[in-house]
Amino acid sequence: MGSPLQQALHKLDTIILGKHTQLRLAMACLLARGHLLIEDIPGVGKTTMALALGRVLGLEFQRIQFTSDLLPADILGVSVYESREGGFRFHPGPIFAQLILADEVNRASPKTQSALLEAMEERQVTVEGATRKLPEPFFVIATQNPAQQIGTFPLPESQLDRFLMRIALGYPDPQAERALLQERERRDLLQEIAPAMTAAELITLQQSVKQVRTSPALIDYLLALIQHTRELPGLRQGLSPRAGLALRRAAQAWALIDGRSGVIPEDVQAVFAAVVGHRLVAAPERAGSTPTAEEILAQVAVP
Amino acid sequence: MNEYLPLATLLRLLAVLTLTLAPHVGHLPPWVSALIAGLIVWRGLTAYRQWRMPGTMVKIALALLAFVGVLVHFDGRLGGQNAGTTLLCVMTALKLLEFKGRRDVMVLIFLMYFMLLTHFLFSQEMWTVAYLFVCVLAVTAVLIECQHRGALSPRITLRKGGIMVLQALPLMVLLFVLFPRIPGPLWGLPEDSAAARSGLPDQMAPGDISRLIESDEVAFRVEFHGPVPPPSARYWRGPVFDHFDGRAWRDSVPTFASGLSSRLELLGEPVSYAIMLESQRGRWLFALDMPAARSLPDDAFIGREGQLLARKPVTERRRYELTSYMQYRLAPELDEHARKRYLRLPPDFNPRTRTLAATLRTHYTDDEALVTAVLRMFHEQPFVYTLRPPPLGRHSVDEFLFDTRRGFCEHYAGAFSFLMRAAGIPARVVTGYQGGQHNVFGDYYVVRQSDAHAWAEVWIENRGWVRVDPTAAVSPQRIEQSIEAALDAAEGLPGHLAARTRLRFYLEARWEWLNGRWNALVLSYGPELQQRFLERLGLDDLRDTILALTVLGTSILAFMGVLTLRQFAPEPVRDAALREWQRLTRRLARAGLPQRPGEGPRDYAARVAAVHPEWAQAIHHITQLYVRMRYLDDPDPAGQNALVDAVRAFKPRSARRRSWIRS
Repeated sequence: MGSPLQQALHKLDTIILGKHTQLRLAMACLLARGHLLIEDIPGVGKTTMALALGRVLGLEFQRIQFTSDLLPADILGVSVYESREGGFRFHPGPIFAQLILADEVNRASPKTQSALLEAMEERQVTVEGATRKLPEPFFVIATQNPAQQIGTFPLPESQLDRFLMRIALGYPDPQAERALLQERERRDLLQEIAPAMTAAELITLQQSVKQVRTSPALIDYLLALIQHTRELPGLRQGLSPRAGLALRRAAQAWALIDGRSGVIPEDVQAVFAAVVGHRLVAAPERAGSTPTAEEILAQVAVP
Repeated sequence: MNEYLPLATLLRLLAVLTLTLAPHVGHLPPWVSALIAGLIVWRGLTAYRQWRMPGTMVKIALALLAFVGVLVHFDGRLGGQNAGTTLLCVMTALKLLEFKGRRDVMVLIFLMYFMLLTHFLFSQEMWTVAYLFVCVLAVTAVLIECQHRGALSPRITLRKGGIMVLQALPLMVLLFVLFPRIPGPLWGLPEDSAAARSGLPDQMAPGDISRLIESDEVAFRVEFHGPVPPPSARYWRGPVFDHFDGRAWRDSVPTFASGLSSRLELLGEPVSYAIMLESQRGRWLFALDMPAARSLPDDAFIGREGQLLARKPVTERRRYELTSYMQYRLAPELDEHARKRYLRLPPDFNPRTRTLAATLRTHYTDDEALVTAVLRMFHEQPFVYTLRPPPLGRHSVDEFLFDTRRGFCEHYAGAFSFLMRAAGIPARVVTGYQGGQHNVFGDYYVVRQSDAHAWAEVWIENRGWVRVDPTAAVSPQRIEQSIEAALDAAEGLPGHLAARTRLRFYLEARWEWLNGRWNALVLSYGPELQQRFLERLGLDDLRDTILALTVLGTSILAFMGVLTLRQFAPEPVRDAALREWQRLTRRLARAGLPQRPGEGPRDYAARVAAVHPEWAQAIHHITQLYVRMRYLDDPDPAGQNALVDAVRAFKPRSARRRSWIRS
């Protein structure tokens, strides 16, 4: 348990039980300066995970519950006339935090959604002509209920691209669930956990992700994977160049978490499903024969 | 292209394989047919029941056993078409033992295409071609299916395959017509194919000709260019026999070359005709008595006894034009040496016939009168023409002439010639065909093996050799009509000669005509016919150009093939670390643990270590070095050397053997 990163992951494991891989994926996503989309049913620990991440990494946390009447200004903030000061003063919205949990993004109108997504992409907001930088680090965890419900606006495919990864949490395994029921409330436990690193240390780590080596052989592998998705008959479109870059960055972050100075094919494979899953568009006429991420990995030889 | 075959596709593939192999069942040894059937059924069950595939040792053992089996069956000779085809069939079926991935599918499919060709070695009939078209369609459909992910409905693949086959048809016709033909059969037809052929025998003993009557095979077809001689004049001369050994008539000096022909004077009106001869054994070309020497085909000559021969055995169908004269004088002078030869008889045979000859000689001093008297004897005394004569003993002519008096044409021709020689008249036996059936659709005549006949020739002063057919004296219908008219239906005619209804007669004639056209237009399309065809198209001057274009086109295609092959050949491995890693994975694959396509080195090492804990240390060491060299750091010579040493030191085979001993 040497580095602050390993300590942080260890602490997370003690709070979120049985979610080893998902926690590392979320951490990799954060280290790669990406944003995370969690698609899962309510009550499997999405919020707890976001809280724990914020706590362990010493990040300032904000939660935005998306509803159909939520307006962009409710997220970004508004300028209010202050009679005492004799002028307008900007009241920053909840987006001005280091870790945002955007709960049930698909409940809000497309206009509100796009305000969030724009902020995620630009890492700054423009309100009433003035551009304001968002804090660093800036990490959004959005959740989406996979079941199609009346009155929801599922994120369009082009918007899904803004998230570096999409993961599902799933039910805990029986052993973890038993511990969950026997022990104290997770949220209470959370209060006792001390941050494992500071925000500045996190930014340093994010910088070092870029230094993780990607050898020519590994680039060959990435190219082979991308090319394969473009040739598969079951897909309407394959991976875009942006998706390729995302895949590389996520794999670098994964290698860093694993304590390696370079990316190996297994790193790519570990993040592949999470990075690629929401970017592959199935060809509608060949429904049923759409290949899964695992199948794609099995079909492409490691060079 | 999918790596693993769906069950439905595999079963369809097996069905198509059965289809392509089925016509060979007749030629294959029974144990080979059984083995192939067993293998096909076994492969189907294996896929269905998820049985294990056999190991390398089993496969090698089976392949060797099958090879030795074929070798033993054919007495160590694998050159003939039967042995070669058998070996090909067996090995194709054995391919099923290691039939897994895409490469095996492609190999099997191309083997099946090749297999289709081998059927032409055995049969070139129309129905064979039709059947092979069906096979090509089926194989192509399976090929299409194997190129897709998942099983496809046969409706789709058959339609696509059908379109492809149809698209290939014009090319097929073009190649058939224009591709330069080589004289002779393409494969230099091996010897064993002649054994199956029927034809006139090389000697004539009682029963030799009547055996041929059982066959309805076509001997040749004739087209007359002018007036058609009557049936009684249509004697097609074949082998001539001048030596009697007491039992059989043979040729004392086999005719090998020209230059010995007797003098021939041609009289009367010429008859010109074309003969489409089926392949047969021997070198006989058949002609109406007697063909004019100037009209012979280039490679034919007339033998000493007026027979027409080719210089080489007639192993393939051929067509030739002839002009014959129905009136002729053959060898008006006979020298003393020849005269002696045509009078020679074995002593101590047939004393009663010799007595009869002596008696006749005292009554008739004139040779012609004596011949007439003998013919009258055949006609007036109760001689019977029958396909099933009683067997004869040592004095066969005596027994036939005085006791049984039932015989087929060879009995009459043989006995007559014997009697003539005994009476001092030079005589010999001529075999060949007589008559021929008219086909109204094509206006030609079909001469079948069942038209085989034997007659006699006697030498008369000033007239030369004169044809005398004693059978005509016994049974005029045989000569004037046909064999089925002459034979009593009650004695059990061969099926093809039995009473015909009008419809059967019509259908037979139609089918025969169709076959004749097929033979004439397709099967005998050789260099000669091609030249004539091109001449008619005005392309004859371009023959050399066509040849050059064909050579050029073939070379270009071959060159493109080589280029494509090179493109698909694996690139040489440039990365030194990867080369070592592949050396390791190859060794592990031989030990039964190949690296899966999508498996990274670390996962692979973990899997190997889980199966073989005794290798874990070495494998992890190698993997660590490899991953460092290839992914983590820039390659350095020291690391490379360490990797090379580590891989060289790793010996999975010996380790495996040790582990066997331990367990």
